[in-house]
Amino acid sequence: MGVAREAVEVVGELAARFPGLELTVQPTADEIPTLWIAAERAREVIAHLKTEAAMTYPMLYDLTAIDERERSHREGQPASDFTVVYHLLSLEHNRDVRLKVALLGETPTLPTITGVFPAAAWYEREVWDLFGVGFDGLPVRPRLLMPPWWEGHPLRKESTGRGTERGRLTMSSERAAEWQEMLAFRPEDWGLEELAADPEVMFLNVGPQHGGTHGVVHIAVGLRSEEIVSCVVQIGYHHRAAEKMGERQTWHTFIPYTDRVDYLGGVVNNLAYLMSAERLAGLEVPERAQVIRVMLSELYRINSHLLFYGTFAQDIGALSPVFYMFSDRERIHDITTAITGARMHPGWFRLGGVADDLPDGWQELIRDLIDYLTPRLDEYDALVLGSRITRARTKGIGALDTATAIEWGVTGPNLRAGGLEWDFRKKRPYSGYERFEFEVPIADGGDSYDRVWVRSQEIRQSLRIIAQCLEQMPDGPIKSHQPLAAPPIKEPGTMHHIETLIDHFLGVSWGPVIPPGEACLGIEATKGNNGYYLVSDGTESAYRSRIRSPSFPHLQVLPLMAEHLMVPDLITILGSIDFVMADVDR
Amino acid sequence: MSEAACHALGLAGFGALATAAWATVLYDLVIVLVVLVGVLSIAAGLTWFERRLLSFFQDRLGPNRVGPAGLLQPLADMVKMFFKEDWIPPFADPALFVLAPAIIIVSVLLAFVVVPVTGSFVIADLNIGLLFFLAMSSLGVYSVALAGWSSASKYSVIGGLRAAAQMMSYEVFMGLALTGVVLLSGSFDLNRIVAGQRGLWYVVPQLPGFLVFLLAGFAEMRRIPFDLVEAESELVAGYRTEYSGMKSGMFLVGEYLGMTLISALIVTIYFGGWLGPGLPGFVWFLIKIFIFIAFFILVRATLPRPRYDQLMDLGWKILLPLCLVNLAVTGAIILAVQR
Repeated sequence: MGVAREAVEVVGELAARFPGLELTVQPTADEIPTLWIAAERAREVIAHLKTEAAMTYPMLYDLTAIDERERSHREGQPASDFTVVYHLLSLEHNRDVRLKVALLGETPTLPTITGVFPAAAWYEREVWDLFGVGFDGLPVRPRLLMPPWWEGHPLRKESTGRGTERGRLTMSSERAAEWQEMLAFRPEDWGLEELAADPEVMFLNVGPQHGGTHGVVHIAVGLRSEEIVSCVVQIGYHHRAAEKMGERQTWHTFIPYTDRVDYLGGVVNNLAYLMSAERLAGLEVPERAQVIRVMLSELYRINSHLLFYGTFAQDIGALSPVFYMFSDRERIHDITTAITGARMHPGWFRLGGVADDLPDGWQELIRDLIDYLTPRLDEYDALVLGSRITRARTKGIGALDTATAIEWGVTGPNLRAGGLEWDFRKKRPYSGYERFEFEVPIADGGDSYDRVWVRSQEIRQSLRIIAQCLEQMPDGPIKSHQPLAAPPIKEPGTMHHIETLIDHFLGVSWGPVIPPGEACLGIEATKGNNGYYLVSDGTESAYRSRIRSPSFPHLQVLPLMAEHLMVPDLITILGSIDFVMADVDR
Repeated sequence: MSEAACHALGLAGFGALATAAWATVLYDLVIVLVVLVGVLSIAAGLTWFERRLLSFFQDRLGPNRVGPAGLLQPLADMVKMFFKEDWIPPFADPALFVLAPAIIIVSVLLAFVVVPVTGSFVIADLNIGLLFFLAMSSLGVYSVALAGWSSASKYSVIGGLRAAAQMMSYEVFMGLALTGVVLLSGSFDLNRIVAGQRGLWYVVPQLPGFLVFLLAGFAEMRRIPFDLVEAESELVAGYRTEYSGMKSGMFLVGEYLGMTLISALIVTIYFGGWLGPGLPGFVWFLIKIFIFIAFFILVRATLPRPRYDQLMDLGWKILLPLCLVNLAVTGAIILAVQR
């Protein structure tokens, strides 16, 4: 853990620009420059970093908070009860900067930064919702993830982590009616009184249950005839407290929960979590395990993209593709079942490696899949993308230029559709991606058609990577022998010495104790950048496990894309941005 | 023959004539029953046929459990639908809500009156048969528009509005597309139109007209690619969102009746109706109809759905000029030949 060169540069520049600004540098395991600044200066410093600095950081990658009141290892950090963390990203220079603001008191407040980053709105609402930290000047401030009748703020340490620790919930019919009433859309809550008074405007509730929304999300659109004049997205229906569970489960037992965050991504979630956790634990993953991880990740990427492709076609009215693609996915599930024992949620990666070695005959399965799928993809492209009706429905619909996409935190295929060749597998290779040859497909329009086209090409590139895994699979161990690898490897002599036996027993029952520190290493997940910002306090579980998911910012930018289009276009856009609600709500 | 006519001819032979009149009525009734039962069974059978065929297009099996090859599935579906709660939403207009699904069935069934199954097997050989068909299919709009409007829910209203605009527009192109055939055959009588195709099916000289009629047929049937009135990924179920049980089932049957009707009309007007070598006329008629029904199902399995405004653009900017050109060219050629 050290202070990186980048940190020195940023500190130097900020000190020169803002004389008298108090700056504390905090060393972190991920070596991202982490600076503590005063709450009242945060807005101007962030504005400076976004547009004026020598090296600008135009993307708000993440904004979250930490309840510091029970944390023991805070050496060298300013006193704080609640810390708000801003994570900015520069794609141009491939650099990060993390700003922290220390807040004292039970319900502190600080100024909003929505004036600088409009994308901060959802993040700040989420911090208020889950921590009770208020943002002055936030235009609308209802809860984001928790229901309106919720009392308290669940990610505060005093809030219980299990349903059984709360009182018994009784659902009388009066209460059900009252709660349902609270969920209704009221234009005045969103500053839409003017539209509501217009007799030409009708508000239409798309969702929470609707065939075109891919999960439970409530989109209240204001329509003038069929033109969309306002669009309010309400999320939280799929919130399952994944971050709170991360504080409850041990480092090892949290792995299967991550599968369910982007439930189409399977082990890709495991990988995102483990990248940060292994960095904190200082674990080196053996080469064979890395290649196995890459191979499985790409299989799940194909699966996610295929499902996207099929359901997208269904959203614009084509009935058949989804059936073909579901059968293809089943073939891939057959392979993942043979390797991991599970279809969608294997929870199969481990701290320091993977759970098991590959089964006999895995090469045949992979080879068959590549032979089968490659020609099928051309047929799908002809059927879906080749159709003139599809082009008429998608070209120019919901276009997002690169600058706007970056500003709103859009990553992954949605960003590449606009023409920026940015793939974390290439730009920040992890898990040995640098050893594989593959291309990063980009389009130039950033519209719905391009978003689909980019993904259809990525499936081919994933097949290429899998073919290389097949040829280059190295021999060797599949898990690290380091002490913090979990569950620990049972050597022939382990059970014969009391020391090694106790060590093994504790490693299995309690799980590893990871040294104090912080890390966030984002990876190229199926839908964009997924990063776990983990804070360890030197115990067997995470002190804070923040999940930065790609779908969250992608859905937040929806109103911008759907403006002045029609209801069918809204559905096209929803289908083309490829989100899953579990990944949005966590 | 009426009784008044018998009186006019004198009492002599009254008994024989009355018997003959009764026989005619009886014969007509039999034809009506055969057509009614036949058409309704085809519509019911289509629920099975479409699901099976779609399944094969989509790499699946489809309903194959009830009876041999799943043939009794329509029966099971009907029983299910009859036992569903017959619910009218409290915010709906109950009278129109109930009337709407009846209109679609009645109007489509009435249109079958003029369809010649063979040269002699037709309920009413009207000399304005084509106009009668157009009039009846126009009535179908009322069903869909009223269903959407009387449901008083937002999705239904949008679906109903789309339906009214779509079906009224495509009615125009449908009528104009048929005028070419009327010019060629010199009649609105469907039997004479069929008879006029003994040498050559009208699809050959009237290809543009046929294509326009086909597209308009898709719009009239409200099927993919022109199913915008119930586009399930956008409008839940469009105009029939609030319908359940047998009332919803009647819209479904109405859709299949409509598909059968359009197929029958295409066959009659452009593909020589019941004409064909060897086999009896009605067999040829059924074979041709089923080829078109299968085609409609294949299209449903293949194409996505255009946007609403694109559908209207296609109609007014492409199909309408095409119809008019077709009409003018056909007329000019006929005039030239006559001279």
